[in-house]
Amino acid sequence: MAIETTPGADRTQPAGGGPGGTGSTRAWWMKPAVHTALLGAVIGYLLGHWVGNILSYTYPNLPLSDTNDTPLVLGYLFGTVGWLAGLGVFNDLGRLMVGKPLPDIEHAPEGGLAKYFRYTLDHKVVGIQYLFGMITYFLTGGLFAMAIRTELLSPTYHIMSASSYLMVVGEHSTMMMMMMSSVVLGPFGQYFAPLMIGSKRMAFPRIEALGFWLTPPAYVILLSGILLGGFPTGWTGYAPLNIQAGPGMDTYAIAFGLMGISMILAGFNIIVTYINYRAPGMRWSRLPMFVWSMFTVSFLQVLAVPVLIAGFYIMIADRTFQTAFYVNQLGGSSYLYENLFWFFGHPEVYILALPGFGVVSEILPVFSRKPLFGYKVGAAGMFGVALLSFFVWQHHLFNSGINPDMRPLYMLTTELISIPTGFIYLVALGTLWKAKIRLSVPMLFALGLYFNFLLGGVSGVFLSDVPADTTEHGSFFVMAHFHYTIMGGLIFAFFGGIYYWGPKMLGFELNKTLGKIHFWTMFLGFNSTFLPLFALGLMGMPRRVFEYARNLQTLNDWVSISAYILGASMLVFLVNFIWSMLFARVKAAANPWNARGLEWQVSSPPPPENFQHIPVVLSGPYEYGVKDAPPVADLNPPVGVVSAAYAGAGVEA
Amino acid sequence: MSESTAAPAATEPRHGVRIVVIWAVLAIIADVLIWTVWRPHLPPGRMSVEAQGQQYDIAVMAMLCAPVLLFIWTYFAYALINWRQREGDEEDGPPIHGNTKVQATWITVTAVIVLSLFVFGTVELIVPAGAGAGEGPSPIWNPSGITTADAQAVSPPAWTPGGKNPLVVQAIGQQWAWTYRFPQFGGMETTTLQLPINTEVVLHVTSLDVIHSFWSYELGVKADANPGVDNIAFFKPQAMGSFSVRCNELCGIWHGAMFNYGHVVSQAAFQTWASGVQAKEQADGLLSDLPAYALTYDPTVIPQLGKDIVKVAGITGANGYYYPGPQAGTPGDPVSP
Amino acid sequence: MSVPVRVVTLLVAFAAVVVGAVFIVAHYVVGSPPTVDYTSAASGGQVNVVLQEDPQNNSSSKPDWVSYYVMKPGANPMQASSWVHTTLLKVPANTQVNMTIYGYDGCTPPRNNFWTQVQGTMGGTVTVQQFKNPGKPLGPVVTTPTINGWAHCAVGHTFAIPSMHVFVPVGSPNASASLCGSSPCVSGPYTLEKFSFRTTNAGEFRWQCFVPCGGGFLDGNGGPMATLGYMTGQITVVG
Repeated sequence: MAIETTPGADRTQPAGGGPGGTGSTRAWWMKPAVHTALLGAVIGYLLGHWVGNILSYTYPNLPLSDTNDTPLVLGYLFGTVGWLAGLGVFNDLGRLMVGKPLPDIEHAPEGGLAKYFRYTLDHKVVGIQYLFGMITYFLTGGLFAMAIRTELLSPTYHIMSASSYLMVVGEHSTMMMMMMSSVVLGPFGQYFAPLMIGSKRMAFPRIEALGFWLTPPAYVILLSGILLGGFPTGWTGYAPLNIQAGPGMDTYAIAFGLMGISMILAGFNIIVTYINYRAPGMRWSRLPMFVWSMFTVSFLQVLAVPVLIAGFYIMIADRTFQTAFYVNQLGGSSYLYENLFWFFGHPEVYILALPGFGVVSEILPVFSRKPLFGYKVGAAGMFGVALLSFFVWQHHLFNSGINPDMRPLYMLTTELISIPTGFIYLVALGTLWKAKIRLSVPMLFALGLYFNFLLGGVSGVFLSDVPADTTEHGSFFVMAHFHYTIMGGLIFAFFGGIYYWGPKMLGFELNKTLGKIHFWTMFLGFNSTFLPLFALGLMGMPRRVFEYARNLQTLNDWVSISAYILGASMLVFLVNFIWSMLFARVKAAANPWNARGLEWQVSSPPPPENFQHIPVVLSGPYEYGVKDAPPVADLNPPVGVVSAAYAGAGVEA
Repeated sequence: MSESTAAPAATEPRHGVRIVVIWAVLAIIADVLIWTVWRPHLPPGRMSVEAQGQQYDIAVMAMLCAPVLLFIWTYFAYALINWRQREGDEEDGPPIHGNTKVQATWITVTAVIVLSLFVFGTVELIVPAGAGAGEGPSPIWNPSGITTADAQAVSPPAWTPGGKNPLVVQAIGQQWAWTYRFPQFGGMETTTLQLPINTEVVLHVTSLDVIHSFWSYELGVKADANPGVDNIAFFKPQAMGSFSVRCNELCGIWHGAMFNYGHVVSQAAFQTWASGVQAKEQADGLLSDLPAYALTYDPTVIPQLGKDIVKVAGITGANGYYYPGPQAGTPGDPVSP
Repeated sequence: MSVPVRVVTLLVAFAAVVVGAVFIVAHYVVGSPPTVDYTSAASGGQVNVVLQEDPQNNSSSKPDWVSYYVMKPGANPMQASSWVHTTLLKVPANTQVNMTIYGYDGCTPPRNNFWTQVQGTMGGTVTVQQFKNPGKPLGPVVTTPTINGWAHCAVGHTFAIPSMHVFVPVGSPNASASLCGSSPCVSGPYTLEKFSFRTTNAGEFRWQCFVPCGGGFLDGNGGPMATLGYMTGQITVVG
């Protein structure tokens, strides 16, 4: 097993640095980084476009439609490969193939800011890259949301055309869905996965960095859909409309597909890391809840996302080389896509929910100054949710006419999910019992999640009931429901995580007053935006429409104004973030919250190797108030203890 | 929550009892208000038997969910008020790791709620048949007096005012409008929907291109329209007035504008309207120009043109073309029949 | 450079990129074809609106898409400069719109032959006359409630405003001569079709074609059928 007991021991695996590690004598513009990646992307795109034109020039539809998808698809795919090649992703592979020794990349990545723009193999760098990347995704998607609400100010008069509206809706929803699946797993998952289990690294640093570097091309490709007229299908991309749609549809499939590959890579890496890289004494029963949530989410990603990629692969086949898998009258099936999509799509929504549960389960004990109540119930809840999420996808198709006699079964499985979800609430209630609650900014966001997710979950019960769903399906009620669970849940957890772990990751403190202003504007703005949407849905307003009944205008205007407040709350966050990062620069203490988690036992930000020695974990992370509790870990264990621990487990150290 | 796990002092107030009492009072008030005040106004109204059933479901679930919401809210509010860190108190809280009794109770209660919801939902789905939702091409839950074969009949027995035969209506979705065919009135087709009151309606929903979804909010009917698929829903209007029909599945640029209004009228008025439309379409020659009424349509087959134009044009696949461009077929004379 | 200076430089550069991107996106999102305003051309409660439908168009990127053109109010339909490549119109409310459509495009069978019925026009009919070339009629002026698109393949496109219940099939030219080859069309065979309908309240109404003329797209309904400025548009009724 590749666990290092002492720093500097011989290793064949990299721990940091990057492909640029050896050639430090080269000028900066000669080293692979974002600029060479851009060059590679452009070359790759042109090459792919050229090949695509050669392959497809005989297609009979071209002279009529003035549209050719093949060069576009190949251009994007080759461009992505070129981007990765320009980053130096394949350099070590090339060295291996020609028998050259791999560069010594054991030392911490060099360079100040530059390392964040390179294919850097340090999980702490990747975590920060994800943090900034996902904030960019989130703010871009948020701007589209503002555009949607602006259009819905009036039921009949339009600021943008109907097609532009669908384009904006599609961009908003797809961008948010792509972002949400990585927004916690990326920044916090990658950064803290090794720290929380006492490891110095992830299992596969190259795969980890590759996972991040797939997200910028996905972002650019999705946005480039605007130049191609957008896609009219929303984030669900239903067939056969996705076959009929214009070239913007390709950007949806490729961007979302690239993000899917990134999710699979991240998932595998986390599973292997948690199984194999735990420090001695880090028993399964001592894992922090956040680690459990990352672990279950990773399984969901690895098992569910390939189905989505298969669905997109078929869609691209239908669109380019003219197969007919999704076209009913040619022997395909429009139901096939719906099933493939939702077989991914329903686990996906728990991919979005579970990380939030993990973050708040981490925050709650620290600021309640109590052990986590019912630790095993909480972990079981996460597993229960993850398992059940594979058996509910047909509830998206209650009215579709497929398998109508199976609806009671899917109603049952859907409602069963509320039992393990209830465990999460039981854990929260038990932890708050007679606690000493400190209303810090992270705690506020955690409590915000419990408030919002409750409404989201309870409205989900309405949707699971087939008769009630007949009215609610496809209406704004559904829209409000999943914004409550995803934005009210995951995004609140994300910001809670930033305020909680931000000092540890970035090394400076975020302003508390601005943090509280951020929380309250966001919390009130959010509820004021999405609570009326339940009512709008129940009053008969369908999703994704740019015209609606005149009697709904008052509520819609209220929602739009609230949405602007919600948008303004993000500006508060940005001001806080930039101000604290660039100007205030209050250095963060190693353990500002007096928390017991392993990640808080090292400096802020953590040293390059995370731990000087592999720590020996002595007790669980939530032993607050336990009188004779040992410290969470021995960070400087006596020589031989660690090797003995692994020898005892029958593993070579 | 059990007091026994951690009660540092005997004078400690009985928090659990307080929380339960506050919650019980709030929950009873909420449920009474929901049932008496809110229920008559809950969506989607009572224009049809199915809509009324959905309204009942929504009301019952609101009454079930309100106590759940209130319990969590009460508990959180109580905790935030009573169990805040006092100034200068840097001590940790009591080290409670869990409580088997509380956990078992919680799991049991949530399981009982969930299972009863499942039973309730299933019963409500079967009676009335299908609860207004699309039941696919061969519905297994049918209204009394109608068999699956009746529902699938291509030439259903005539509908007459006061008769007991159901009215059969077909909603055809296309980009971007709904049309309706009435097989009991010569297969005539309209752009707006009129329905007779107090008649069981067998609604067939299908599409000519992409997926649409027929949604009449007031009637409590929703059924997806897939190309080449017949999706059947049952409903029975029980109040006169106008209702809306919307497309509920994103179907392209004009999805948002794909709505219009229909009317539930008396049976006699419906008979007059339907026969009138049938007579006009007969006189215009439209009825004979329409394809024979069928449960699904393949628009690529046009018998009047004497050939299957798709095969002639060589449709090659999904991205191949259905019509070979602007000069398909034989240019004709538009005005002489 | 010190680290803060570098960070600020990066941020400024980043902000510049963001502003540029937002500007481009906004341009694409808000941009639309031009609108032809017929409100000032109305007199006596009536307004005359003239359209033509072509087998191709004069755009640079999608030259093979079928397309509608709108004539400038009161211009000469036999001059190419009279036509605007758009489908956005503005007409006054509570007005009788006298529509004239030059159908230059060949026939395509509708997916639903129901659309060959005329609905929502005054009298429930249209008047049709076929021309071999401008000024050379092929047959008499005929008033009819249907133009069969299947039996005779006689319909090129339809003009429909669903919210106003106006559904009108537009006949295709009956001639062996080849169709007009450069847009906007001022020569070649065509069908001249006239009908009237009344606008009521103010608002924005979509109009579209129900003939699947988006060749090369699945079901013939993508491309021009779903793009403003080609086979679908909006009529703004001004109160």
